[in-house]
Amino acid sequence: MTDSRIEISFTLNRRPVTLRVDPRSRLLDLLRYDLGLPGTKEGCGEGECGACTVHLDGVPVNSCLVPAWQVRDRAVLTIEDTAEAAVERMLDAGTTQCGACTPGVVMTARWLEANPRLLERFSARHLMAGNLCRCTGYDGIIDGIEIPVPDREEA
Amino acid sequence: MRVDLATSFEEALRIKAERSDVVPVAGGTDLLVHWPDAHALQERDWLDLSALTELSHIHFEPDTVVLGALATYWDVIQDQRFRALPLLPAAAATVGSLQIQTRGTWAGNIANASPAADGVPALMVYDAEVQLASTSGRRSVPLADFYHGYKQLEARPEELIESIRVPLRPHDFENFTKVGSRAAQAITKVGMAVAHSAAGWRIVANSMAPTVRRCRTLERLVESGGTVDSPDGLLSAIRADVNPIDDIRSTAAYRERVFSRLLYQTLLPACSSFS
Repeated sequence: MTDSRIEISFTLNRRPVTLRVDPRSRLLDLLRYDLGLPGTKEGCGEGECGACTVHLDGVPVNSCLVPAWQVRDRAVLTIEDTAEAAVERMLDAGTTQCGACTPGVVMTARWLEANPRLLERFSARHLMAGNLCRCTGYDGIIDGIEIPVPDREEA
Repeated sequence: MRVDLATSFEEALRIKAERSDVVPVAGGTDLLVHWPDAHALQERDWLDLSALTELSHIHFEPDTVVLGALATYWDVIQDQRFRALPLLPAAAATVGSLQIQTRGTWAGNIANASPAADGVPALMVYDAEVQLASTSGRRSVPLADFYHGYKQLEARPEELIESIRVPLRPHDFENFTKVGSRAAQAITKVGMAVAHSAAGWRIVANSMAPTVRRCRTLERLVESGGTVDSPDGLLSAIRADVNPIDDIRSTAAYRERVFSRLLYQTLLPACSSFS
């Protein structure tokens, strides 16, 4: 059998990486099995649940729907890059029970926190709708997102 | 599985001309679903278009909007210029979730040819044209004429979609309606897009026929000013335009009943011939 693997270079959690990928690998497989970063979870494998959410060039994507070779020359951020404080905040808000959805929830929440102006046009619940949680419900998730609220001090 | 990673659109066109059976992929949000079990697709050869930044543009020209083939749903949702074509962001917002919208492309929605596509009716109701390219030239096809049957495209095997052109016209009526099992993350059971401009009425149905379909009999009925005093008054025109089926998501009877009522309720405030 010939080696049909494809050499790609990309930026993973702010560091350059070069490796050969199986053409059948998804970004999710690349992260978990080739690069040993099991923080990104596989839930449904069909782009519904958001457990596998990572940032690709700064926007949330389902890594189960991205062929690994599509991340060449791009930047990927995973849950492993996340500051502990951001995860702690989610835990304190009562967001986590089984924990399968949590890495994806945190990655979408991080993007929302980095782009707070989106909340002038879209609700946090709407933007978080691609991350399904079957244990705790969604109030805790929304509470765990640190959103700058200009009026908070006056209220 | 062989993968060609195109570095320019011209290179992609050459590959498509030489091996027209390659699977073009951009966002991958349909092709990669349940990928570990997608053995037939894994046997195919693939052509990756995702790095062709020359196709990711959105240009607002004086009377046309041009969506490059890599323009995503999210590109349109977050671009406030699309207030001029509000059914495009409205439809985009119903496609999957944010994580799908950041990857899925309008051109992919057209090429994937699902009868339940949500982006296609919004484009079709605005008279969008599909710009096709091959090594032998370019041509433009009205999206309303792009489908010949279930997954049967007007595009020739050697052609790729380069862009989508949407006329910018003032509309005095626009509506996009999607009925699914839930508000979010659902595939359409019954859908429609309706618009009126100086060009006349446009009515497009999805999940009601083997393709997304422009409903010309219904358009003529509405244009003619013929009296419609109940949803059932639309049924003969609906039956001339579409032919819904029973499938895992719904039944033909439900689809026809819901479509007739939604269309009647949608047009009632806009048409004096409706009562």
